[in-house]
Amino acid sequence: MSTQRLDAHAAALDARVRNAVTAGTLATHRNRRRIFGEDYADSDALRAAGAAIRQHALDHLDEYLPAAEAALVARGVRVHYARDARRASDVVLDILRAAGVTRVVKAKSMVSEEAGLAARLAGAGISCVESDLGELIVQLDGDHPSHIVRPIIHRDRAGIAATFARHGLGDHDEDPQTITLRARRFLRERFFSAQASLSGANFVSAESGRVVVLTNEGNNRFGAAAAPLHVVVTSIDKVVPTDRDLGVLLALLPRSATGQRATTYVELIGGPRPANRPSGPEVVQVVFVDHFRSDILGSEWHEILRCIRCGACMNACPVYREASGHAYRGVYPGPLGAVVEPLLGDAAHYAERVDLARASSLCGACADVCPVQIPLPDLLVRHRARATRERLAAANAATPPMGGYAFLASSPRLWGLALHASRLLRFVPLARLRIPLLSAWLATRTLPDWRGGRFRAYMRRRRGG
Amino acid sequence: MYPQRSPVQGRRVQLMLTCLCDAFYDDVATAAVTALEHAGCEVVFPAAQTCCGQPAYTTGDWDACRRVVQHALVVFAEDVPVVSPAGSCAAAIFHEAPIVFEGHREAPAVRALANRTWELADFLVNGLRVESWPGRLQARIAVHPGCHNRGTPTVAAAERLLGSIDGVELVPVTDADLCCGFGGVFSVGFPHISSAMGLRKVAALMAAAPDLVVSPDMSCLMHQRGLAEHAGEKFPARHLAQVLRDALP
Repeated sequence: MSTQRLDAHAAALDARVRNAVTAGTLATHRNRRRIFGEDYADSDALRAAGAAIRQHALDHLDEYLPAAEAALVARGVRVHYARDARRASDVVLDILRAAGVTRVVKAKSMVSEEAGLAARLAGAGISCVESDLGELIVQLDGDHPSHIVRPIIHRDRAGIAATFARHGLGDHDEDPQTITLRARRFLRERFFSAQASLSGANFVSAESGRVVVLTNEGNNRFGAAAAPLHVVVTSIDKVVPTDRDLGVLLALLPRSATGQRATTYVELIGGPRPANRPSGPEVVQVVFVDHFRSDILGSEWHEILRCIRCGACMNACPVYREASGHAYRGVYPGPLGAVVEPLLGDAAHYAERVDLARASSLCGACADVCPVQIPLPDLLVRHRARATRERLAAANAATPPMGGYAFLASSPRLWGLALHASRLLRFVPLARLRIPLLSAWLATRTLPDWRGGRFRAYMRRRRGG
Repeated sequence: MYPQRSPVQGRRVQLMLTCLCDAFYDDVATAAVTALEHAGCEVVFPAAQTCCGQPAYTTGDWDACRRVVQHALVVFAEDVPVVSPAGSCAAAIFHEAPIVFEGHREAPAVRALANRTWELADFLVNGLRVESWPGRLQARIAVHPGCHNRGTPTVAAAERLLGSIDGVELVPVTDADLCCGFGGVFSVGFPHISSAMGLRKVAALMAAAPDLVVSPDMSCLMHQRGLAEHAGEKFPARHLAQVLRDALP
């Protein structure tokens, strides 16, 4: 019985990475708790409201998605649909080619990560520069984001300074202000020369067709202000019924994500710029991507679609802290990733990824902080049940069979006998027995003395006396 | 989901022993009996009981889990509260069992058992309305809440009982609700992460310099003590029930 892949990754993890991830997640996790405590007498009530809004939106997505499209069109926005991530890239590529675009700046869009959009554009001869600082740094290094809100949580300042020096953004300097100013100078040139800007969406209002984009760096604002074309790539589950719902969701999201009351920039994109406005795109297009969302909607994991991508679950997760985001081998790490990654593909993809669902002690810290109350531990166990049912070998590595246990535990006489007989184990050198479960335990832990049957004897004596 | 409770009628309760108390911690179980009897209960022990089914639930073998829970349905058929000195075993019945029986014939019976299954401290405080605990115990106590007690009234109840004991001082622990990494079969498939989490937890608890580390769950304490002792350190683990019993005059 070997161990699981994610555990091997964690065991081999560079201590520098682990320390950076642990420090970063713990600090944000504590800030989140503090600010909710300061601002709300009962933050669980707010989370329940967030959950209800998102669940309602999903339950009626068949109405709200067309409503969002109609509202967007009424604002002069062109709307596209893409069945999967690959087609989403095709659509974006077609839009850019039709407009003769060769230089693009791109703010964060998680679904475009699913599509590998930046690389696809580069392959088609379109330069696509990530404008979020963290995303830019992983792009420069050919690395991958390890966290959905803080893509470089696995990196420390010395490493970032080295990246900048390597890519000609100045001599090695670890001063945060210097790093930021250099990034600013580098990005400003890209903003001014870009012919199109791309972004995701945090929410799309079905009522008004407003596209909500939150950033702390203002990078999307810069991008969209300078370029004549703006393309939003987002997934269909981002639609919310009304603008009023944003009152709850915008209270939850920044507090959960970074411990902020509001992000520095809250953009409500209302379509192409009117003639009397000095800046902003002349053309706005929105690409709604399904990529397995409608399958998930009809599955026993549908609650995961409530997710508003705050990252609080990964900040709270002790397993994520030990393993780092790359251990999850996909776009979404942590508890969110362990639930959703197996579902973002076909059956073969499921079999390859569902081991992630075992990478949890089921401690529930994630569900405790989730702003939309997704029952993450329950959803993880539902994956384990499917992996067991379908006998998915990779996912079930190092998972002891339960048949014998169930047989014993439904046969009271045998159970009693086994407990009693196992007292003999006290005289056996347990560490030398090659019993997988036992060896795994004893490698790092002691076992208490076996006292099987004592309590039963005590209760029998009491009844007798 | 924590169940909707109806008021507790009568004083007769069934003790759900838990397999760890069955195998290792008979003293915790006898202490639980003493605590319940002190609160005026008549404690019965259905001897045919075995396990709550949790190992099979967490591995995902829900057929096996259902077999074990079906046995529990028979064993605990009497319509009186089922009380366990382990939040995780209680949660296996009141939260997990209803999930694995979704859409099954026995679902209503499982739901009924869930509604009358309690963790010990929760039962004492919220079932029996015990306001405070008598007696005396001179000890600085660090509480490990136990992750299965998240979202249940157990931790508040346990801290209330402990805090009311003359001489007990509850000491704060950094990131007190952090998991110790046991997670049952998780510790087998993920030995590195499990141990690393556990050692961090042990360090955080011992940094509070407690006389006792107390939890409503013995499984967490078994993991933590196992790690500490393997590293050659003492770890003063006590189950909540033992503290309640030891305080009694």
